[in-house]
Amino acid sequence: MTGSLVRNTLELSGIYKAYTRGKQQVPVLSDINLQVKAGEFVTLIGPSGSGKSTLFRLIGGVERADRGTIVIDGQEVSGQRGLISYMPQQAALFPWLSVRDNISSALVTAGASKSEAKQSAMEWLERIQLGHVAKEYPHVLSGGMQMRVSFLRALLMKRNLMCLDEPFAALDALTRADMQRWLLQLWEADRRSVLFVTHSIEEALMLSDRIYVLSSAPATVLREIAIPFERPRRADVWTDPAFVELKREVLALLEYGDSMIG
Amino acid sequence: MGNKRLRGILLPVVTLLVFVGIWQAVCAIFEIQTYTLPSPWNIAVTMFEDSAMLGEHVLATFKLALIGLALGLVIGVAVAVFLHIVPLLREAFAPLLVLSQNVPLIALGPLLMIWFGFGWMPKLILLVLVCFFPVALSILVGLGQAEPQLREYLGMIGASRWERLKRLEFPASLSYLFSGLRIAATYVVSSAIVAEWLGANKGIGFYLKLKFNGFDQAGVFGSIVCIVTLSFLFYYAVVLAERLTIRWRPRSQGDWKGASS
Ligand SMILES: Nc1ncnc2c1ncn2[C@@H]1O[C@H](COP(=O)(O)OP(=O)(O)O)[C@@H](O)[C@H]1O
Ligand SMILES: [Mg+2]
Repeated sequence: MTGSLVRNTLELSGIYKAYTRGKQQVPVLSDINLQVKAGEFVTLIGPSGSGKSTLFRLIGGVERADRGTIVIDGQEVSGQRGLISYMPQQAALFPWLSVRDNISSALVTAGASKSEAKQSAMEWLERIQLGHVAKEYPHVLSGGMQMRVSFLRALLMKRNLMCLDEPFAALDALTRADMQRWLLQLWEADRRSVLFVTHSIEEALMLSDRIYVLSSAPATVLREIAIPFERPRRADVWTDPAFVELKREVLALLEYGDSMIG
Repeated sequence: MGNKRLRGILLPVVTLLVFVGIWQAVCAIFEIQTYTLPSPWNIAVTMFEDSAMLGEHVLATFKLALIGLALGLVIGVAVAVFLHIVPLLREAFAPLLVLSQNVPLIALGPLLMIWFGFGWMPKLILLVLVCFFPVALSILVGLGQAEPQLREYLGMIGASRWERLKRLEFPASLSYLFSGLRIAATYVVSSAIVAEWLGANKGIGFYLKLKFNGFDQAGVFGSIVCIVTLSFLFYYAVVLAERLTIRWRPRSQGDWKGASS
């Protein structure tokens, strides 16, 4: 492999998946092709129920695709678990574990030793100004704080691909904008490969290097759009005319599909 | 908050005292004979006079019930976890476990005596059975109740079966375990009494039978006082253990029975 070639962390080719509902086969994903390059932030945007979470389950190895290949770091990995880190829509923190142990136990699953996991969890909690709640149970934290913990848990797992499934959907608008800036800051310092799912066009444009617009179920890729804004992203990037233009394009795709636009 | 808690304890105690007072007054005013209805004072005197013997019997029953509860708990948890991780066995046995709850265990007492004699063995088996079923059944339900989101999360990060059990299913089933244990603790003392009544040479059940056959009504009431107190102690010990174990939930206030599910 030469230096000029950027490696793909994730390659999906020809992914097809159907569920049986009653006697019928209902296709959910139809011929999905996409890549996440090493260090790239890629976002999937599509109508709800279009099969985005299903796609994540295939990548995570929790379910198998009917057709197609999933390649992570050059290896075909269909049905293999334990290769990605993951952040779901709800924070999904364990109520009986302290904030610190929620993070450290995930790191142990990812192969860290108990003591190094606890230490790294503690260090990072302090770094993001959550050191004072490290020993608390999650229910005392606000929604935004729980999300930070959940993101940190995903970030610290030593795995090359992070899959974030609508992580901010449950937050109010203010907290959400705050979380986006916070996440960008952490991610730009680390440059992990990210596959991100959102409903919000602004969020997608704000965060990503590239976005894939998906159709409604059975989902297929309507368009792949490279986001041209420089990194680190300016907080006021949404005032850029190009931003507004891209937003209009994605909105039209989501509303009318591919047919109405050339 | 402190006020509310205090009231929650004080009010039932005062009610009990008033009840005992009225009882005493009724016995005195209507000059009720001791062999019809002994007054609280009669009962107290009898208990005091018998206290050495009574203490021994209470201790014997306490030991029996405690060992029965502990063994029932351990076996119940072990069997439930085993059935849970082998789905085929769970499907085969879980319905039978529910059905077996309808077997009147007390009726098994005489049978157990025929098979195992009159020693501690048949009594212990009976008590273990009494505790085993509610514990095993409730924890088996609890193990399957873990939040789907957390289950999905562990699947996505590739946690092993053992990790899923240890980090999700077992902690999630703890409150179910405790509600089963509360049922077991409620039954274990009265079951011990019945077992001792059927055949024993020590324990409050034995003492009760002795007093009953001797038409010693005050002694009979004395045993009842001991039984109720012992039952309450068992129940409250479980509630306390639950409070100490499950500390991650915001506690509902003024609920002295602990976290009722
Ligand atoms: N296990 C399943 N069995 C049957 N249908 C399912 C299952 N999981 C998801 N679906 C269906 O697949 C479709 C896509 O779901 P999902 O992937 O959750 O969509 P999204 O995350 O894009 O909102 C939905 O119509 C949903 O009902
Ligand atoms: Mg979804």
